[in-house]
Amino acid sequence: MIRARRLGKRYGERRVFADVDLDLDRGGLLLVTGPNGSGKTTLLRVLAGLAAPSAGELQLPPREAIGYLGHEPLVYRELTPLENLSLFGRLYRIPERGERIGMLLERFGLWEVRHERVATFSRGMQQRLGLCRVLLHDPGLLLLDEPANALDSHGLELLGDVLADRGRAVAVATHDPRSVEPLATERLAFA
Amino acid sequence: MRYASDVGALARKDLLLELRAKETLPAMLVFVVAALTVFHFAVPHGTRHVAALGLLWVALVFTALLALTRAFVAEREQGLLDALVLAPCDRSAIWLGKTLAVLAFLVAAEVVALPAFAVFFSGVDGRTVLAVALADVGIGTVGTLLGAMAVAGRARELLLPLLFLPLAVPIVVGGVGASAGAGARYLLFLVLYDAVFGLLSWAAFEYVVAEA
Repeated sequence: MIRARRLGKRYGERRVFADVDLDLDRGGLLLVTGPNGSGKTTLLRVLAGLAAPSAGELQLPPREAIGYLGHEPLVYRELTPLENLSLFGRLYRIPERGERIGMLLERFGLWEVRHERVATFSRGMQQRLGLCRVLLHDPGLLLLDEPANALDSHGLELLGDVLADRGRAVAVATHDPRSVEPLATERLAFA
Repeated sequence: MRYASDVGALARKDLLLELRAKETLPAMLVFVVAALTVFHFAVPHGTRHVAALGLLWVALVFTALLALTRAFVAEREQGLLDALVLAPCDRSAIWLGKTLAVLAFLVAAEVVALPAFAVFFSGVDGRTVLAVALADVGIGTVGTLLGAMAVAGRARELLLPLLFLPLAVPIVVGGVGASAGAGARYLLFLVLYDAVFGLLSWAAFEYVVAEA
């Protein structure tokens, strides 16, 4: 899914990371660790195709095969979960999206609040909806930036199930790797 | 068909956001009526019709700036441009959907602004209405592109007016010329502006949202 050789990124004179080599296939889970500001988020943005690398070679799957969850859940707060997922389901051309959306909302415990505005949700509920959004099109590559943010114990269980699914490649960036560490097949530590 | 469906879904989303938040349109309506009221008292009674038309165009351009400043607020505050850019639709559909929503806000503001102008100054003819409609297209297409550019910048509130106002000068020239009855060539000028800048904005959006 991902092949990277001597990958580097800099903003002007500031080097964010350099000489990163990566091979990540279906079934693999890459754990990217490091303190705040070490370049984890930038690496995920490069792997998502949201930022161009400054150096090296990078092979990525097509956009429709990527699911990216950033620091924010990337959902519209003034829309309901149903409206958010319907919008992205339409843009991703998901067949029978009503069924798929219903299944995800049930799974992540959001079915009962599907008609309520996201702005009224707790941060943890918004994060769950963010996970629904990235899983909506069943991507082969999941890129998750601090996915455990604000999740309660049940939310963490649900996230664990997502990470344990070996049917896709997953890259997780976190400064607190305890819950992800046992599942990781590849590790990348930024200083 | 898919492109049209994507554009429709994105424009509908923006209209729905405004319907819920009620932030942009009320501000535009208050601003345009307030501006025309100020102009009414600021200029001497019996000011020539042509001069008054100039004030109308100033009010419309600055009202449009309000809509453009707010156009990408949801995407900016919640980082949503990333999610939209990653979707496998043509990226220009994001621009066109947003442009259509901006156009809807402009038209709604002008439905109030033109009668208000008639009350404060004098009535507007069909040529002025046509010029305003053509100007809306130019403002919407160029302004939405610039709004997306400003989202990426640090001083975004400053950047948008600095980028937009110079590019709005031809719209004001064409608009005032057309509504003052100076000939059909001003309407043609607006059509040309819309075509050229619309095409450029459509083609450029992909590069604006792609981070270097």
